[in-house]
Amino acid sequence: MRKQFVKTVEDILKTDPRLVLLLGDISVFGFRNAFKEHPDRVYNIGILEQSTVSLAAGLSLHDMIPVVHTIAPFIVERSLEQIKDDFGYQNIGGNFIGIGGSYDYAVMGGTHHCPGDVGILKNVPNMEIVVPGTPAEFDSLFRATYADGKPTYFRLSERSNKESFPVEFGKAMIVQKGLKATVVTVGPMLESVREACKGLDVTILYYTTVAPFDRDALATNIAGDKVIVCEPFYEGSLDWDIAKSAEMAKKSPSVHHIGVPREFIHKYGNVGDIDAYLKLTAADIRERIEKII
Amino acid sequence: MKHLKRKILEIATKSGEGHISTAFSILEILWVLYDRVLNISPETVSHPDRDRFVLSKGHASIGLYAVLAEKGFITEETLHSFGRFDSILGGHPDRTKVPGVETSTGSLGHGFPMAVGLALAMKIRKQKGRVYTIIGDGECNEGTVWESALLAPHQKLDNLCCIVDYNHSNDRSLVLGDVEAKFKSFGWHTIAIDGHDEEAIYKALTAKSERPIAVIAATIKGKGVKSMEHNPEWHHKSPKPEELEAFLKELI
Repeated sequence: MRKQFVKTVEDILKTDPRLVLLLGDISVFGFRNAFKEHPDRVYNIGILEQSTVSLAAGLSLHDMIPVVHTIAPFIVERSLEQIKDDFGYQNIGGNFIGIGGSYDYAVMGGTHHCPGDVGILKNVPNMEIVVPGTPAEFDSLFRATYADGKPTYFRLSERSNKESFPVEFGKAMIVQKGLKATVVTVGPMLESVREACKGLDVTILYYTTVAPFDRDALATNIAGDKVIVCEPFYEGSLDWDIAKSAEMAKKSPSVHHIGVPREFIHKYGNVGDIDAYLKLTAADIRERIEKII
Repeated sequence: MKHLKRKILEIATKSGEGHISTAFSILEILWVLYDRVLNISPETVSHPDRDRFVLSKGHASIGLYAVLAEKGFITEETLHSFGRFDSILGGHPDRTKVPGVETSTGSLGHGFPMAVGLALAMKIRKQKGRVYTIIGDGECNEGTVWESALLAPHQKLDNLCCIVDYNHSNDRSLVLGDVEAKFKSFGWHTIAIDGHDEEAIYKALTAKSERPIAVIAATIKGKGVKSMEHNPEWHHKSPKPEELEAFLKELI
């Protein structure tokens, strides 16, 4: 997905003179050509994320379109007040491309994990949050939203689904229809969820935009009396939207969570190791869903 | 100055809000900026080639509002609405509401890096305008101030001028020390002035350099009202209506 990010941004740099890329000393090698081709619009600002976000706001106030990129915890958690005040409160547009949400960088330990990003950024009222499931989905979602005048967080992952869907910004997709429960899933978690739900009589709703959350899609597709939320971030991060969707549908489904538990992960290894440790492999998810339905 | 300070005291009293003493420490600087330096007027408030001013120490908003009213960006009536529920003028300036306000500030350490971004954008767009920002010595406790101090010379922003309002707000906590030497060592062209001397301010703000310019302005918090000067009690406090007359008499 990171490669696609480079490709997409390189492409737009050529066609949109307003685009400015600011790197936090991350993905610098990947953008080596862009540095050469657009020295006035591609910067390796350095390891100073808070100032980089404010600087990006300054660019945006001067009608440029900033794209800020670094690892998820540094862009979301370290720079949260800058995102809130300088982009949210000032109501200006910009793009924040975080790589390595949740525990993509498992071996780096908890400082480099960021399963709280979506829950945190949902507290910035006009924030858009996009979680693509594949490189192609990132490409189409980024092109659709990068210049929309709103602050947008793109949650990139080092893993992606095998199959891309014709996703649309702000809209959920029905991947499978069933009667016993509605499984809500997001971005790169779809792969495991689809495998887990093979042969199960459940609806699968696939979200690549989680803010704004497509409440209509959930409200009209609540199957049975259960909603199972499979989140690649802290479980419960979407609960407000789930509750509002149920309210819209005038239904009271029980809501079940299959996501990252709210505890620090004091283990290393790779993503697969942590999936197994947190019971988030496809087999685990199937077992958990079967138990619920 | 006396006339502006009188207004500030009046609206602070009326609203029961406002950082008067910090507004008084930068009032001459604000006045020189809007009267003689910035190429901004109520008519050119959205001109793309305009200079930009960022009040990084946004809590001094009451001083900025008084100057904006004096220069016709907002009406006297608006100025006197300061702090009311429906006013466009709050305790911290809001760019989405106030004509002539470029950035919404409030949290310290945000305006300076935004000014760096504005200056960089002007460079990218090959525009001639300059960007000015005022930060406080208390604000210099924030890490982003020093991140920005590193960034601006590195990006060769010769169109940026950062004015440090050195009014010794923070002598009671984290002392800043020789701020001129610090900025100099970060690669800035520095100019130290008496921040209440309008000619010195004008000269510093119109100086040219290949490097970004840091103007270290020695100022007095509460300048002009003897009982407020150097008095931390007045950092965020408004006179009671019955006190106003006495302060107005004290004004120099």
